[in-house]
Amino acid sequence: MIYEFNSFTLYFKVLFMSEQQQSLEDLQHIKKMMERSSRFISLSGLSGIAAGICALIGAWFAWNRLHRTQSETYDLVRIITTNGAEILDELFWIATYTFIGAFISAFFFTYLRSRKDRVPMFGKTTMRLLWNVVIPMAVGGIFLIRMMYNGEFELVAPGCLIFYGLALVNGSKYTLGEIRYLGYGMLALGIMNLFYVGYGLYFWAMGFGILHIAYGITMWMKYERNSN
Amino acid sequence: MSLIEGLNKIFDNRIRLGIMSALMVNEEVNFNELKELLDITDGNLASHLKSLEESGSIKVQKGFIGRKTNTTYSVTKAGEKAFKAHIAALEQMIKSTK
Repeated sequence: MIYEFNSFTLYFKVLFMSEQQQSLEDLQHIKKMMERSSRFISLSGLSGIAAGICALIGAWFAWNRLHRTQSETYDLVRIITTNGAEILDELFWIATYTFIGAFISAFFFTYLRSRKDRVPMFGKTTMRLLWNVVIPMAVGGIFLIRMMYNGEFELVAPGCLIFYGLALVNGSKYTLGEIRYLGYGMLALGIMNLFYVGYGLYFWAMGFGILHIAYGITMWMKYERNSN
Repeated sequence: MSLIEGLNKIFDNRIRLGIMSALMVNEEVNFNELKELLDITDGNLASHLKSLEESGSIKVQKGFIGRKTNTTYSVTKAGEKAFKAHIAALEQMIKSTK
């Protein structure tokens, strides 16, 4: 009799447990489907690391170029104004190659991950993410180029950090949400840089280099290490 | 069992759950996007969409992109309400047995 009673309650416990398990799995499924259909979640942490390394290499080249001028000052703005347009041209190309290198390497790792996740690389979610990142970046880019034409170089480095930070915060709604914190980091550095004009290259290397790498490592550890 | 009350029979399936989840966070989603998301065959997806449509949870808009048909789906007010109730019931289910 007692035995019968026990097996009866056990039966209900098992029934209830599996129902609970089922509910949990259903909720996880809902979350996954909502994310996959509205966010581009295949952004790889390795992309951040690669972009960061490119930025540091670019900053190193720029730093070397500035030091070859043998100016007594570290103040970028004063070096440019005393050394004229030639150095500006070279710095511009270093920046351009750095951007292209960072973009291609970042694209590469994210492409690999999207294939592994079997998420289309150019689906609706990717386009939505790109569009929302491009708007602040393109507007910022035009603004900064226009400023340089006016001979204003002081605020270019902080400007890059600030507009990029805004782009990341804006884009965070359409990809892994953590990228918002990378955006806040860029914004903080950009704003600090506004008050230490002339040290733009260091802030730039810190933001585009170190922050990217730190973010990339964190994201890789969190999402990708275990799935390999 | 009052717990089961909120659980909606129509959402008692992974594919229909997936369709509803996607439609809840997007204004509209077309057939091919749903197919890619859920990784199922045309026929299978169509039958699940049909049953959701018949229950009044989703609505269908047929259109064209060039000459190709483009059928998009979106959630109805009633569907949104029912799905939210379903999620709440699932959550209740987990909490109550802890």
